[in-house]
Amino acid sequence: MKFRIYRYDPEKDTKPTMKEYDVALEPTDRMLLDALVRIKSMDDSLSLRRSCREGVCGSDAMNINGKNGLACITKLADLKEPVELRPLPGLPVIRDLIVDMSQFFKQYHSIKPYLQNAEPAPEKERLQSPTDRLELDGLYECILCACCSTSCPSFWWNPDKFVGPAGLLAAYRFIADSRDQATNDRLDDLEDPYRLFRCHSIMNCVDVCPKGLNPTRAIGKIKEIMIKRMV
Amino acid sequence: MVKRIPVGAHYGLRDWLAQRVTAIVMAVYSVLMMLIVLIERPSNYGTWKALFSHQWFRLASLLFALSLFWHAWIGVRDILMDYVKSTAVRLALQILVILALVAYALWSVQILWSIQ
Ligand code: SF4
Ligand code: SF4
Ligand code: FES
Repeated sequence: MKFRIYRYDPEKDTKPTMKEYDVALEPTDRMLLDALVRIKSMDDSLSLRRSCREGVCGSDAMNINGKNGLACITKLADLKEPVELRPLPGLPVIRDLIVDMSQFFKQYHSIKPYLQNAEPAPEKERLQSPTDRLELDGLYECILCACCSTSCPSFWWNPDKFVGPAGLLAAYRFIADSRDQATNDRLDDLEDPYRLFRCHSIMNCVDVCPKGLNPTRAIGKIKEIMIKRMV
Repeated sequence: MVKRIPVGAHYGLRDWLAQRVTAIVMAVYSVLMMLIVLIERPSNYGTWKALFSHQWFRLASLLFALSLFWHAWIGVRDILMDYVKSTAVRLALQILVILALVAYALWSVQILWSIQ
């Protein structure tokens, strides 16, 4: 199977190049990550991140034939040859397919992704009704792979100011949580032309999320609550 | 050095809402205009003039124009926010856009009420 892989070592190379690989796959190689591991055994200078190899850790996100996704859950059979692999767009490249995710995580941390509740914690746990718990479905499953934020044009233009789809999904996860008491502060923090309102509902984020989540819907919900609060 | 980015302008929702409301106003006016053209069939200067001599129609047209300018302001500012990185240049361009739109608004009033 033929591959064209982005190669760049900022310390040595003046500019990135696309390197061609032709690998003989084994019948057990089903996912793109299997092929990448095989390529790496041929050419160990190729750098990439991976860990869980089952779509749980979010470390092998990359741009696959023009679309962001996780290599470990992308079927080789579905890919058109030569398979073009590039690092996630819009973030600084550390080496080959490895990008510097600091900006992405900085935005994630900026929404205070933890439960805020001033009441003393009960002996066992803070209880929630099944209906309240249901609100968190489609929000808590995010694995922070950054496929969405790095496919969002608004995040490309203002990664330092726009929270991005992953961060906003997480923000809504805590706004929607019946146990969280900081809703107003959270809304205040997002009532900003950059932090939330750079989103123009382009929906690239929904298109790429490997976990099938819908950040655009979460962003819409945040706006809905803001309107309720205002009018 | 850690680059600190100040955010928290505490507006955004109002403009986002205004963008939607002005879009609805423009859509309603466009449908109204289409109906008038289809039903009344104004064909010459006289019939168009008669249409615009109604006070309600002037007001509706003004409402449309103001919605258009307000909508344009939010849209153009969004583009400037996305693509113009220098704060000084962005501010200068935003001021120019506001001045132009205010001038257009005044001009629209003059045009609408100059039809006698
Ligand atoms: S929302 Fe989806 S694409 Fe975005 S970081 Fe979470 S899992 Fe990845
Ligand atoms: S819907 Fe919003 S967050 Fe998602 S890709 Fe588009 S602009 Fe980005
Ligand atoms: S290796 Fe963990 S998500 Fe792919």
